[in-house]
Amino acid sequence: MREIRLNVNGRAHELRVSANMTLLTALRDLGYTDVKNGCEIGECGACAVLLNRRVVNSCMVLAAQADGATVVTNAGLGTMKDPHPIQEAFADAGAVQCGFCTPGMVISTKALLDRNPDPTEEEIRDALSGNLCRCTGYGQIVSAVQLAAERLKRSISSPASPRCGDGHEPAPAEPLRVSGEVPRGGEGE
Amino acid sequence: MIKRVDPKPLPETKLPELKQVGKPLRRVDALGKAVGATVYAADYSMPNMLHAKVLRSTRPSARIAKLDVAQARALPGVACILTGEDVRGAKLNTDLPGQTGREARSGSDAPVLALDVVRYVGEPIALVAAETVEIAEEAVRRIQIDYEDLPAVFDPATALEPGAPVLFEPDNEVSRYKIRKGDVEAGMAEADIVVEGTYKMPFVEHAYLEPDAGVAWVDEQGVINIRVCTQVVEHFRSIARALDVPQNKIRIRGTMVGGGFGSKEDITVEIFLAFLARETGRPVKLVYTREEAFSATSKRHPFTIKHTTGVKKNGRITALQVEMLADSGAYPYLTPYVLLYATGMAAGPYRIDNVQIDSVAAPTNQTFTSAFRGFGGPQAALGYEQQMDEIAKALDLDPFEVRRVNYLKTDDTTCTGQTVTSAVWSEECATRALHALGEPAPSTPTRKIGRGMASYFQSYGRITWFHDTSRAWVGVEQDGTVQLRCGVPDIGAGQSNSICQIAAEILGVPLERVTIYATDSAVTPLAGTSTATRQLYMSGNAVTKAATAVRDRLVARAAQHLGVEEATIDLGDSRVGVKGNPSQSIALKDLAHLCAAEGIELSELAQFNAPFNEGLDPETGQGDIWPDFTFGTAAVDVAVDTETGQIEILKCAACHDVGRAINPAAVHGQIAGGTHQGLGYAVMEDFILDEGQIKTPSFAEYLIPTAVDFPSTEVIILESGTGVGPFGAKGIGEPALTPAAPAVANAVADAIGLRINELPLTPKRILDALAGVSEEEGE
Repeated sequence: MREIRLNVNGRAHELRVSANMTLLTALRDLGYTDVKNGCEIGECGACAVLLNRRVVNSCMVLAAQADGATVVTNAGLGTMKDPHPIQEAFADAGAVQCGFCTPGMVISTKALLDRNPDPTEEEIRDALSGNLCRCTGYGQIVSAVQLAAERLKRSISSPASPRCGDGHEPAPAEPLRVSGEVPRGGEGE
Repeated sequence: MIKRVDPKPLPETKLPELKQVGKPLRRVDALGKAVGATVYAADYSMPNMLHAKVLRSTRPSARIAKLDVAQARALPGVACILTGEDVRGAKLNTDLPGQTGREARSGSDAPVLALDVVRYVGEPIALVAAETVEIAEEAVRRIQIDYEDLPAVFDPATALEPGAPVLFEPDNEVSRYKIRKGDVEAGMAEADIVVEGTYKMPFVEHAYLEPDAGVAWVDEQGVINIRVCTQVVEHFRSIARALDVPQNKIRIRGTMVGGGFGSKEDITVEIFLAFLARETGRPVKLVYTREEAFSATSKRHPFTIKHTTGVKKNGRITALQVEMLADSGAYPYLTPYVLLYATGMAAGPYRIDNVQIDSVAAPTNQTFTSAFRGFGGPQAALGYEQQMDEIAKALDLDPFEVRRVNYLKTDDTTCTGQTVTSAVWSEECATRALHALGEPAPSTPTRKIGRGMASYFQSYGRITWFHDTSRAWVGVEQDGTVQLRCGVPDIGAGQSNSICQIAAEILGVPLERVTIYATDSAVTPLAGTSTATRQLYMSGNAVTKAATAVRDRLVARAAQHLGVEEATIDLGDSRVGVKGNPSQSIALKDLAHLCAAEGIELSELAQFNAPFNEGLDPETGQGDIWPDFTFGTAAVDVAVDTETGQIEILKCAACHDVGRAINPAAVHGQIAGGTHQGLGYAVMEDFILDEGQIKTPSFAEYLIPTAVDFPSTEVIILESGTGVGPFGAKGIGEPALTPAAPAVANAVADAIGLRINELPLTPKRILDALAGVSEEEGE
């Protein structure tokens, strides 16, 4: 067991984690259940979060590796009362069906638009290629990202109140890809 | 290649202009899901909760020689272990009685936990409930099990041969159907040519994103509550039977479902949770891993379909003979009904006077097969639509022309002799889908371009001798808002939104003023399964009935209040008054107050019954079988790289007559998403088993389409207004998938000039076909 600190959606946490606990398990155990567990092997993207502003599959990061990190989950971007423009665009564009992939999709979109506010369709598809969706066929998701990009560009002149994930440090040029064999939290294999 | 055709104008329709229905409104469930506020089954916890794990078979066919749980039970933190002995006799009643009250076939049910023998890899053997997930996993590892392998069978054709290992006495015939219409011998004699073709399809995984999950607990009334992601809350009855408790002592609280596609039509975690919660008296949670969701739940049925078609030179079909063989896997589950659907749709959307269809399903020691979007319809379409192109090729006719001269029309009969009463816009859909593809790209020596199409017909609503019903409760609150209570599971397709939009239309309020409570078997009126493309049809009609009853009372009281005739009254914008005269109206909330003060009921519970009838003639397969049908076409352009065997989907268009699009954005989503699944079925999806062992156990091996694999489908929605659903709607959830895969198969055959008769169309199969290597040699 090891003690770590995490800042999640603006809240500070201190927690004890086992050596093989993933960030996904740690976040869900803390109550951030908007981070979805779809495969635990980094294939589906449902558990994507921003880890120090880079998009990662939280199932592929050990909780201990994230010690001291700032994590933003989809629920940290916006709420029912005050949705993030990306979330609003997903709802408006018909990009949400079963909704299970949506939190990861929104996070990948956030990372994309942070580094490229005006992406082409090809760039959008590429940025979302690690997020599986079984319902939509992706077309309406691409439209949602385009709608979000448009709305965000229009809103630059009148910024809303600060949100999680809207820090001032420059966004990384490329998303962090954590690879390799990571022991799966809660699997014990 | 198919010649370009210009669509003719559509037949005239009379669709009323509506205020809420027909608008691409933001779905009522969309924002909650987008911000991550929606709580899914695996997100729930209870105080003092235990965690469950399942021990599963690693053998495809074996006797359990020894099962020793002593060491596992001794592990600190283990609260309970259950084996087949402990639940002896308990069966998974996945069959109809839980849903409709009619009788089950005998021998159709799988044991809750294997007893004595296992029949597939992944079959549940023991349950563990422990203080943590890790302890439960460790306990599963400590269960000692010895197997004695038994003879196994991995191919349904072998299973039907004499001497094959028998999975269930008396023989390996899970189900068999026949259809006899007209005189096939005479029809074949009349033909100018006879075309034969055999088409094969693989196991396919649903690959919903949300692994199966649930939490169960026993409440203060002794009721076992089960919160679970399911397509069928009515399984509470089957679970009660398995536990031998009264049906009112099981309560299913459905959640928003993270995708189902038919897989969550079967009982999954809920039966295990019910046993464990009863045994321990504590809340228990069970969440499948992805690997478990793959190995322990159903697959789409592999089929082998042989068509023999007699055709005149002009393409007109004179006779059709079909043989179908389906693999039920280790347990029947819904196989008899999937096979029946496939059989009833085997002749396609074509008018054929002489038809003979024989179908049979047989078990194998492989993952069981059950419902998957389309329920046998997609497999049938892969048969009849590839065959239509082979007919066109044999006669040197245009593939569209061969279809056009054979399309069913309204008042024609299907192969079961059922008269089609709604509009049949097959030609309208086909010409629009083909037109949308535009000019094809030119082929090069190593990049062959092909164009393919597929038309289909598919039922919506359940088989009519299931005597299907749905209920809904609609109420107007005193502030003029509307509440809906309806046991409709929302599996992502917008089931709950559609009925909200219907209630909003009828009661004249904006969609935001409607709130729905859904999917609780104890407190929301039972609405039946979210399967068979039935919820819009069934629950849509139930909500229409309930909302209309409330509306009638509002109209009567408003007319009295305003001193006008009832016929002049309209509802809209949360007001009730004389149509086109806002000064003569009353706010809905004021009218609601008036009604409440006078004791006028502002709520209604309504039940909608589908047509009831008594089944097909067993000797001829003739009779009415479904409430109605949806028709449409998909068209695809592909490029095939003859050096690598890679297929690129260049363009895809899908045109369906949905009757009336209650929410066009949601309909678009169904068609785009369904088409995408069909494209994956055609070129990449293959749940591979080798001697019963799963070779594609996770998303790393089992590939589904990503955002970069295929272009967006051009979706064309037609509205004939002639369906039996609310406002003339037809169903589209399942039909959306059906024509996509055969359209791709036909496009590839068009590109390379060869038919590969087995899905998926992998690069290896393409290269083997181009090299003239047969399937057996190529393996």
